[in-house]
Amino acid sequence: MDRILLGHGSGGRLMHQLIGDYLAPGFDIKTLDDAAVLDNINHNRIAFTTDSYVVDPIFFPGGDIGSLAINGTVNDLCMVGARPLFITVGLIIEEGLEVNDLKRVLSSMRNAAKNADVRVVAGDTKVVNKGKADRIFINTSGIGILEDGIDISGSRAVVGDRIILSGPIGNHGIAVMSEREGFVFEPPVYSDTRPLNRLCLEMLSFTKEIHAMRDPTRGGLATTLKEIANASGVGITIDEESIPIDPGVKGACDILGFDPLYVANEGILVAFVRPDIAEALLDKMRNNPYAKEARIIGEVIEKPEGTVLLQTAIGGRRIVDMLSGEQLPRIC
Amino acid sequence: MVNTELFKDPAIANKLSRQIRHYIRGPLRLMEVCGTHTVAIFRSGIRSLLPEEITLLSGPGCPVCVTAVEDIDRAIAIAGHPDVILATFGDMMRVPGSTSSLNEEKAKGRDIRVVYSPMDCLKIARENTDKKVVFFATGFETTSPSVAATTIESLGLKNFYIFSVHKLVPPALTALLSASDVRVDGLILPGHVSTILGIRPYEFIASRYQMPAVISGFEPVDILQAIYMLVLQINRKRPKVEIQYSRVVYPDGNPKAIRLIDMVFKPVDTNWRGIGVIPESGLKFKDEFSSIDAEKNFDIDIPLSKEPKGCSCGDVLRGVKIPTDCPLFAKACTPEHPIGACMVSTEGSCAAYYKYSGTDIG
Repeated sequence: MDRILLGHGSGGRLMHQLIGDYLAPGFDIKTLDDAAVLDNINHNRIAFTTDSYVVDPIFFPGGDIGSLAINGTVNDLCMVGARPLFITVGLIIEEGLEVNDLKRVLSSMRNAAKNADVRVVAGDTKVVNKGKADRIFINTSGIGILEDGIDISGSRAVVGDRIILSGPIGNHGIAVMSEREGFVFEPPVYSDTRPLNRLCLEMLSFTKEIHAMRDPTRGGLATTLKEIANASGVGITIDEESIPIDPGVKGACDILGFDPLYVANEGILVAFVRPDIAEALLDKMRNNPYAKEARIIGEVIEKPEGTVLLQTAIGGRRIVDMLSGEQLPRIC
Repeated sequence: MVNTELFKDPAIANKLSRQIRHYIRGPLRLMEVCGTHTVAIFRSGIRSLLPEEITLLSGPGCPVCVTAVEDIDRAIAIAGHPDVILATFGDMMRVPGSTSSLNEEKAKGRDIRVVYSPMDCLKIARENTDKKVVFFATGFETTSPSVAATTIESLGLKNFYIFSVHKLVPPALTALLSASDVRVDGLILPGHVSTILGIRPYEFIASRYQMPAVISGFEPVDILQAIYMLVLQINRKRPKVEIQYSRVVYPDGNPKAIRLIDMVFKPVDTNWRGIGVIPESGLKFKDEFSSIDAEKNFDIDIPLSKEPKGCSCGDVLRGVKIPTDCPLFAKACTPEHPIGACMVSTEGSCAAYYKYSGTDIG
C-alpha cells in the first residue's frame, strides 16, 4: 500500500486493516469498541471517545453535519453503557463558507446537544484555504460516566445471546446519497440521526446484563455483526425476514444494487442479551419512540467462529461478510 | 403492476426447489451469463436450495470483468492529460490496469469522477468549459442505448468526449459455445440485456448449438423458475430459447433502443479480458461521430499491456474454472487487493465467491 484510498475510510475491511496495522499497535490500544472505558479515574469509571464528521453534503434530509456530530459521539459513549455528559467541538472551516450555513450548523448542534442532554464545554476553530477542506469538517470528543456493574464490549457476546435490533436499517446512507446525487426516492428517505442515550438508559435500568452493544454506522449492520463475531470468537445467525427495512430504502437499494445490510445508519443499535430476558427487554425498548420497530433478528451460535450466517427470505442460507471497499452501484 | 413480493415468496421458492429435485435426472452444469444473476444467486442463498447435481457457473456477463487491461491503461492515459476530467461508473475505479487503477490515479491527484448516468457527464462538461470531459463508457446492450442518447444530446458541446469500450452479449455467447473446453448443459440468459434485444438474437443458441436457454429475471423465484424450465427442457431433449422474465422482456425487445445503438455505433472486433478477441463483439463510434470519439481526439498510445500472472479470470469467465480453482483466489487476490477483474466488480464471480465464501451451507 503506497497511498491512502477512499476505501480506507469506508468502515469496512480496508479500514480495519489500516487500524490493525498502523493505528492500534502504535498507541497500544487493545480493545476496539466505540469508546474507551477508563477505570479508576478519581474512583469513577469514565468512557471517552472521539469522532470526525466530513459528510457531503453538509445538509441532508433528516439532519445535517451538526446534529450528526453531536449524536454520533453521544451514541459512541452509549454503546459501552456510559451516560454521556460533556462534548468538545473542533471546527475546520473552508474559507468562503457562508456564515448563514455556519449558523445553521451551530444551531443544529445546540438543539442536538439539548435533545441528548449533554453540554458542549470546549471548542476550537480553524479556517483553511479554499479547496483545502470541503465547507466544514467537525470533530467532537465526548466523556461519559459508567455505573458499577456495567460491562459492555463487542468482545463479550456469548453463545445463546439473542440479538436485538432497535429499528429499520439503511436510512442514513440512502438519505445522504439521495441528496448528493439528486435522486428522489418514493417514499422519501430521511436520515435516522438521533441520540440513543435515553433508550440506552432505559435498557440499562431494566437490565445491566447487556453483553455487547454497537450502533452500526459506516459499513452497516453486516460489518458490525461481523466485528462482534470476530471480537467475541462466536458465530452469529440472523434472519433476513426479521430485519426491518423501510420501503424507500428497499426501493433505492433495488435500483442502485446496494445491499441494505451494508448501508450506513446513525440512529439504531444492536444489543446482545441473555435469551431469558430478551423478550422482556424488547417490550421495554418498544416503548421508546426511537425503538418502536425493535426486533430480535438472530442469535449467537458456537460455530463457525467469526462468521455471520443469514437465513434468507426464501429459506436459503448464506454467509455475511464485512464491507469490502466502498459499496458501489451496479453498472449493467 | 406486478406484485414483486411474489417473486421472493418462500413457499413458491420451496415448491420450485422440490420440483427441480423431483425432475432432475443427472448432473447438470448451468451457466448464469450475467453478473447480476451471480450476485442474486449468492445473496438469496439459492445454492442451498438446489440439489447437489446442479453446478452453477458464472459467465462473461460482467462488463467490469471483461474490460481489457489495455482499455483500462488507455483510460488512465486519457485521465493523465492535465486538462481532462475523466468520468466513469463506480465499479471501474478499482479495476487494475497494467500498473495502476483509476482509483490510484485519483489518489495521485487526477480529476476522475464517478457518475451514475452518462447524462451526468454533460452537466460536468457544461460546468467546466475550460476542461475536456471524457466519459469512459463500459457495459453491454443495457448501457449502450443511454450512451448513444447522450452522444446525440451532446452534439454542440465542444469539450465532451466518450471512450467507448461497449461490448455485445450474443457474440460472446457464440465464442463461448464454440470453444471446445467449455462444458455447459444450459444457459440462464440476462434479463436486462434481453429487454433491449428481445429473443431473436439468442435463437442461434438453440438452433446452431442445441443448447437450452432461458431468459430470466433477477428475483429468487425468477431464477429458480428459470432453472426449473432448463431442467424440463434438458429432460425433453428439445433445446429452445424461452422467456421466464415475460413481465419485462418482449420477444422483439426495445426496437427504439436498438435503433439508437445502430445510429451511433458500429460493431468491431474487440478484446475481452482473459478471453481474447471476439469478432464483432464491441461497439465503436461510426465515422460521423468521430468528433466525440475519445480515441480519435486523444493521444492514447500506451506501452504493451500486461495481464496479471497466474490470474484465471479468463477461464472463470468462460465457466471452465470456478473461482476457488484459481491459485491466487483469496490468497494474493482479494477484494481489497484485486489482481483479476473478477475480484473487483461487485458483480464479478470471484468477488461473489469471496464475499459469500463460495460454500454451499446446506
